[in-house]
Amino acid sequence: MADLIAVAEQRDGEMRATSLETIAALKSIKQDGDRLSVAVVAADPQALAAGVSVEGVDEVIAVKATDDFQPDLMEAVISELVKERNPSVVAVAHGVDAWSFAPAAAAKLGCGLATDVMGLKIEDGELVATRAGYAEKVHVEMDFPGKDTVLLTVRTNVFEPASGTTSPEVTEMAAPQVDVATTHEGWKPPADAGGIDIGGAEFILSIGRGVGDEANVEQYLELAESMGATLGCSRPIADNGWLPKARQVGQSGQLAANCKLYIAMGVSGSVQHQWGMKHVDNIVAVNSDPEASIFSIARYGIVGDMFEIAEELENHF
Amino acid sequence: MKILVTVKQVAALDDEFEMRDDGRDVDEDFFEKDLNEFDHFSVEEALLIKEAAGDDTEVVIVTIGDEDADDALRTALAKGADRGIRVWDDSLAEADGIAIAKVLAKVVEREKPDMVFTGAQSADFGSAVTGMALAGILGWPHAAVVVNLEYSPGSNTATLRRELEGGLEEIMTIRCPAVLSIQLGINEPRYASLRGIKQAKQKQVDELSLDDLGLGSDGAAAASRVRRMYAPEKGQAELITGSAAEQAARLADIIKELRGM
Repeated sequence: MADLIAVAEQRDGEMRATSLETIAALKSIKQDGDRLSVAVVAADPQALAAGVSVEGVDEVIAVKATDDFQPDLMEAVISELVKERNPSVVAVAHGVDAWSFAPAAAAKLGCGLATDVMGLKIEDGELVATRAGYAEKVHVEMDFPGKDTVLLTVRTNVFEPASGTTSPEVTEMAAPQVDVATTHEGWKPPADAGGIDIGGAEFILSIGRGVGDEANVEQYLELAESMGATLGCSRPIADNGWLPKARQVGQSGQLAANCKLYIAMGVSGSVQHQWGMKHVDNIVAVNSDPEASIFSIARYGIVGDMFEIAEELENHF
Repeated sequence: MKILVTVKQVAALDDEFEMRDDGRDVDEDFFEKDLNEFDHFSVEEALLIKEAAGDDTEVVIVTIGDEDADDALRTALAKGADRGIRVWDDSLAEADGIAIAKVLAKVVEREKPDMVFTGAQSADFGSAVTGMALAGILGWPHAAVVVNLEYSPGSNTATLRRELEGGLEEIMTIRCPAVLSIQLGINEPRYASLRGIKQAKQKQVDELSLDDLGLGSDGAAAASRVRRMYAPEKGQAELITGSAAEQAARLADIIKELRGM
């Protein structure tokens, strides 16, 4: 008999789909007699409750507060839930919001903590969380000796979102009074894409750090064009200003939502980049480092020099 | 006025690596250590603020680590930071982000900075824990994944943008002092000059123990424990071998087949 609590992620009053993945992560360790609750913190939490009333959810905890993201508020809500209910696990999506509040909440509570978790199991009655390390080259199993409560942030795009509908009990919880140190001032939308459509592209040629120099970028634009591909890139290329941000594939960039063929040249395959493309059926990785994590998700791999391959490839198109 | 920047010497793995005998970490013979990439940006941000404000702002770099971590400190000092602090105790060998944050909190109490910067995450484990846990322990305002910052030393507030998913950014004001975790791309980190590297050797670095900070070795307890570390099974990638010409020819066939060309 344990309480498992998911804290839903909403942005500006809209429920985020990641919340269903967090619920799925908890369902993966839910045992007979366990109670799975979902806390919704929003200006109108009742209105968002339906979005998380999926199979396996026993209760929605509605916390009427604000749609603005306030880390202090989220920490206070988690703190109160832990003190009142002594849950075995509190889980939240490993999104940018959670980065702000989950470690602070865990530090204040003295509970267990694992972030960016991609696997969960119960072994001999103990929670074991798996995450990656050393740039995705190893997996790490973690446990939490002596901790009654463990706070987890769950890697997105790993757990199949929980689905089905159910009618969980809705419990209201008063928003804790907090001294809020941040004020929402507005949004800055992504820059105009200038006609570049990574999300709609079926064929993407993506370049990463291996391209080495801005002067080398042009030849890949030309190669992409001759093959009928859209040129994409990893974060360092966009950060350097070598290609516009609209071409960046990954968590802080674009999701290659309709891509059928993705060729990654000189891309090591950070977790943030993989977030945007690992679902693609046909991934070809070209990299000089045979241990680059991009190979772990590729269908085809070429260990070699991206420039030599690109030059040879030009002869075929 | 003072800005404290926390940095980490991170390990990258060699192309081939082996696990330690106890199976709980990689054998350190296979580490290549360097200053965490994110920390180049947080150090730069502090230096830019110092330069805009004038010389009376001090930039202090702190790291938790053994002698190997001195390189990270000296790298930051060579860029122009004023002095460094390195804390180490063998009991920290298995510290996680929460444990490190407990040590850093003592350093903050001792240094009383006006602002603390950390990298948004470390390039080795990417936990994104230490900075915000530090803020939690201190009870300070905090924001993670900052990509733009307007702040002058001593101000009671700062205006920042946090980078959210999909290129969206949120503009927020925050009370100071605060702990901010700094994202890649917020600025263009400088390289250290030869003169800077030479000067860094003369700069003050305080080496502190947990005792010096009033922390017993149990004062920095972790929130997790590594049970096991292992190399995941290789993916099912079909390796295309041969000369570059042969590899490219095969790749061209794959493209043409999948694209119906």
